[in-house]
Amino acid sequence: MKTNDLAGRIPWTLVVFLAALAVPWLGSRYDVFLATQIAISGLFAVSLNLLLGTTGLVSFGHVAYFGIGAYVCGILMKTYAMPFSIALPAAALGAAFASLVFGFFCVRLTRIYFAMLSLAFSQIIWAIAYKWNDVTGGDQGLPDVPYPDLDWMNSIPLLGDLRIAGQFYVVSLVVVGLSLAAMRRIINSPFGRILTTIRENAERASAIGVDVRRYELAAFVVAGGFAGIAGALFGIFSRGVFSDYVFWPKSAEVMIMTILGGIDHFWGPVVGAATLVLLNQEITSYTEYWSFVLGTILLVLLFAFPGGIVGGLSAGFAWLRRKRGRAISPDARRLEATGAETTSVEVKRA
Amino acid sequence: MTDLSFLFTQFLGGLTTAMFLFLIASGLSLVFGVMRVLNFAHGSFYMLGAYLAWQAVQWLTPLLESFWLAALFAALVVAVLGGLVERLLLRHMYGKEELYQLLLTYALVLILGDAAKAIWGTQQLSVSRPPILDGAIEMFGTVLPLYNLFIMLAGVAIAVIGWLILARSSAGRLVRAAALDREMLGALGANVGALYTGMFMASSFLAGLSGALVTPIQSIVPGMDVEVIVEAFIVVVIGGLGSFWGTFWGSLIYGQVLSFGILIMPSFSLFSVFALMAVILIVRPWGLFGKPMR
Repeated sequence: MKTNDLAGRIPWTLVVFLAALAVPWLGSRYDVFLATQIAISGLFAVSLNLLLGTTGLVSFGHVAYFGIGAYVCGILMKTYAMPFSIALPAAALGAAFASLVFGFFCVRLTRIYFAMLSLAFSQIIWAIAYKWNDVTGGDQGLPDVPYPDLDWMNSIPLLGDLRIAGQFYVVSLVVVGLSLAAMRRIINSPFGRILTTIRENAERASAIGVDVRRYELAAFVVAGGFAGIAGALFGIFSRGVFSDYVFWPKSAEVMIMTILGGIDHFWGPVVGAATLVLLNQEITSYTEYWSFVLGTILLVLLFAFPGGIVGGLSAGFAWLRRKRGRAISPDARRLEATGAETTSVEVKRA
Repeated sequence: MTDLSFLFTQFLGGLTTAMFLFLIASGLSLVFGVMRVLNFAHGSFYMLGAYLAWQAVQWLTPLLESFWLAALFAALVVAVLGGLVERLLLRHMYGKEELYQLLLTYALVLILGDAAKAIWGTQQLSVSRPPILDGAIEMFGTVLPLYNLFIMLAGVAIAVIGWLILARSSAGRLVRAAALDREMLGALGANVGALYTGMFMASSFLAGLSGALVTPIQSIVPGMDVEVIVEAFIVVVIGGLGSFWGTFWGSLIYGQVLSFGILIMPSFSLFSVFALMAVILIVRPWGLFGKPMR
């Protein structure tokens, strides 16, 4: 609303990005570990939200594309000793291609059937990952995926001081930052607006000439590709790719992240990812029953804050601002009251 | 001849799997058909049924050894729990987006899974077969444990009883009416709320019962909930979400595909059942035996 005040002028996105970038120098090794996990999960959750929040598609198999990205990148880097600069785009393309094929069938179905088919496809990927020993390592997984070759960083001041995990964090953060910027552009583009139109009313969208299935498929492919990037980074970060990454409860987990943050805001899923990662670390340090806590959080969320953290906060701020506005200027209140009267008169006339 | 009897063994194995899955999936399908809720927690109810049956057997052992009493106890407790879940939680989610319903039942999966771990630990538990069904019979050169035969018959019995209730009784008529048009049924004076609670309890009862009945031939382990729910989903999708007989035939197909898939492509039998689910959703989303939904 008030773009003129100080808070509105600060480029918050840049500030957060720079603060996150400073973590390896200011924080401990453990902080770097958490920050990497948050960045990657955040990208994964935002990619899901392109379907969930922007387009209104409930995909219960988004983890498939995350997993494909992780396996493609891991196999290329470990088995074929390819450089990261080739493996990462290959992971994104592989995941996008799989989502093109699977999405082609999914978007033909509505609602609950869409969710079921996306779940079935992700379980197919899981079954392949679990059983195709020669390529994916089967139930043993693909351990010891190497870090990318980051020796060039050693000659750069500051970056050279970091350990490999810190350097990889910087790379991940840049990749995640660029991906998020790209996704923000996509969501705010005319293409993104059409996706929102489809979410609001698919019938009306198709009545004004939008090819709903094609747009949904395009959203599915974009979301799958970015999930693949997140998966590729995660495979390297966790030093291995395992079939567990593709098992269906992971799809539910990223969905919880997204909802927890709030599906109506671009940054909601990132907030949700950060909250869940930090909460997980905090809670698992004194109880093994993390799932119980997560389930309880989910229940509270569904009943009390369906808009998620960001949704709840922005509603709270809007309320505060209204309240403060009234306290400061009674004139405004009078104006508002007369405004309300005029409206009601108009309504009567209509 | 040996080859044939080998195939027959596979067939019987598939049949046992099928009837087991039917016991589990029938409740899931019933709830989806009427309430349009895909209940992820159904697998958790199944798991609780297994643990409760084990617990009841432990309690009963000094007095009398009755597996049947334990199974009944487990199923009843799970039914009550299901009723509470419907009344206190699920009820508030009707009419909201699927996403919220799915996540609510998933929250229950998380909570119940950890609750079971906290109460019964993570070690494997098992229950011995009831003495009456301890033996085995021989059919065409194949040895079939009596307990497996019992499961097959129980599956058929549940199918027939369920069908009779749905097709012939007045309660069944209400259920079918609710599946078609909930608001109209309410407007005609039926107590739809109570009907939904009853349905959900019946579904939970079936889940708890199948969990209890599985204990003599499968060990009880954490994680059995998320494994079985996916299998049950496959079965109801093959037959048609919400179609009672469809679920029955769906289980038979699933059992045979899994059983013979292992013979033909050992490492890809898992793949084949999920592929079957995907193909059916693509070609006939309403399943082989269901009707297209409006």
